[in-house]
Amino acid sequence: MATYNMNQVKVGLRILVDGEPCVITDTDFVKPGKGQAFTKIKYRNYRTDRINEMTLKSSDSVEGANVVEHEMQYLYSDGDMWYFMDQETFEQIGAGTDVVGDNAQWLKEEDLCMITLDNGNPIVVVPPNFVVLQIVETDPGVRGDTSGGGSKPAVLETGATVRVPLFVQEGEKIKVDTRTGEYVSRA
Amino acid sequence: MAKYPEDWRPTASLEMLRLRAGFLSKTRSFFAEREVLEVETPMLCSAGVTDPHLQNPSLRLEVPGLGEKDFYLQTSPEYAMKRLLAAGAPSIYQICHAFREGERGRIHNPEFTILEWYRLGWDDLGLMEEVEDLIRLLLGIPRIQRKSYREIWIETTGVDPHLSDLESLAALVPELGLPNLAPKHRNDYFDLIMSHHIEPQLRDLEAVFITDYPASQAALARIRPTDPPVAARFELFLKGLEIANGYHELLDTGEHLRRFEADLHDRRVEGDSSPEIDRRFIAALAEGLPECAGVALGFDRLLMVASAANSIDGVLSFPIDRA
Repeated sequence: MATYNMNQVKVGLRILVDGEPCVITDTDFVKPGKGQAFTKIKYRNYRTDRINEMTLKSSDSVEGANVVEHEMQYLYSDGDMWYFMDQETFEQIGAGTDVVGDNAQWLKEEDLCMITLDNGNPIVVVPPNFVVLQIVETDPGVRGDTSGGGSKPAVLETGATVRVPLFVQEGEKIKVDTRTGEYVSRA
Repeated sequence: MAKYPEDWRPTASLEMLRLRAGFLSKTRSFFAEREVLEVETPMLCSAGVTDPHLQNPSLRLEVPGLGEKDFYLQTSPEYAMKRLLAAGAPSIYQICHAFREGERGRIHNPEFTILEWYRLGWDDLGLMEEVEDLIRLLLGIPRIQRKSYREIWIETTGVDPHLSDLESLAALVPELGLPNLAPKHRNDYFDLIMSHHIEPQLRDLEAVFITDYPASQAALARIRPTDPPVAARFELFLKGLEIANGYHELLDTGEHLRRFEADLHDRRVEGDSSPEIDRRFIAALAEGLPECAGVALGFDRLLMVASAANSIDGVLSFPIDRA
């Protein structure tokens, strides 16, 4: 893989830090007038989503990471793996629980997800920002209170539980923001 | 129709162009009133600097009569201005562009504006007063504090830099939570700790002169024979931004040559290029540089402070990415 010197590092560059694929989110050039130059790099680890910082000398270099982000269609899960398909090549890949994590609760067949691939292997699966899911279980709303402020838990077809207004009923489809896990509207 | 690039527009506002014009005109009046002579010297010279951490951009020119020859864009007008002084010029100032390869960031552009001036018969303390007068005129700030390099280190790190050897500086780095980049020189530790630990704390101070630098960081300042000896060098920081660097100028030719050779040695150790020592500058020193103090001031950064600009791009018409 390519290595990059300090003149080549910039925001958006994908690099390996301790073997982990990361993306540079910020750079800062620090140099006293007569002194040595340093480059400060902020980088986000693709897997953990954590942002860290490091300082390098002008003679240092960083290793590039072969990371791409690719939109793929979610097909199905067999319980251990979640399978996605490239819509152009029809190639399929499987991602394990360690990769999909809590996002499994938002995955609905045929939805388009953003998959981060490190050397072709999926390392991050991000569902669409908004998904439409059916309510499979929720208490009936209190009679007479059709639009008030109250809310109640509802279990969705993917297994996720969200809080919904009292007037929303079992069997209905709702729109959910997957970034916050919050109910948006009836679908 | 061909698609034209979107980045033809300036990054500085019209208001900023006016602010810069105003600062230039006030600066020229300031020196005119004090009878300091404005001069111009070449940006393209046959030699550059030996400083280990400064890189002159160079270019090859076809010059009728000289043939094909390498020239160096100057990192500051220092050598040429000192040649004028050695040739009998009075106190002089210059506002010009300077060039430094490999420097680009929030507060750096490879081409930038320097205000540099020399006062005959003055020392660093006297020159600091004049820098203060100019800064107060332009920015309207109250008096500028003075702190020695030693004082600011003791305040912020608890350590006396003059008494610190390589080992104790190496031990201090992790204590301050700084990355250990395994520097080879005391100076590299000074640079790391100063730029990463001390300068960020200077942001709380409106304006401060840091004086009496370690002798190893003298550059072309003379050494004051105190105990321990310190460089007759000062720097001005405004809100943590390094603005100006001044010296009670070194005069001795042999000492110049020793420092330049030491620079070249450091460059060889780092595997950097070994530029030629500027022979015309050395010849001028041999003729005799008069007793003087000089200072270089980053004009763009001064505008950044005046306008609270977050990036140098905000005060430049076209930074390097759009040049």
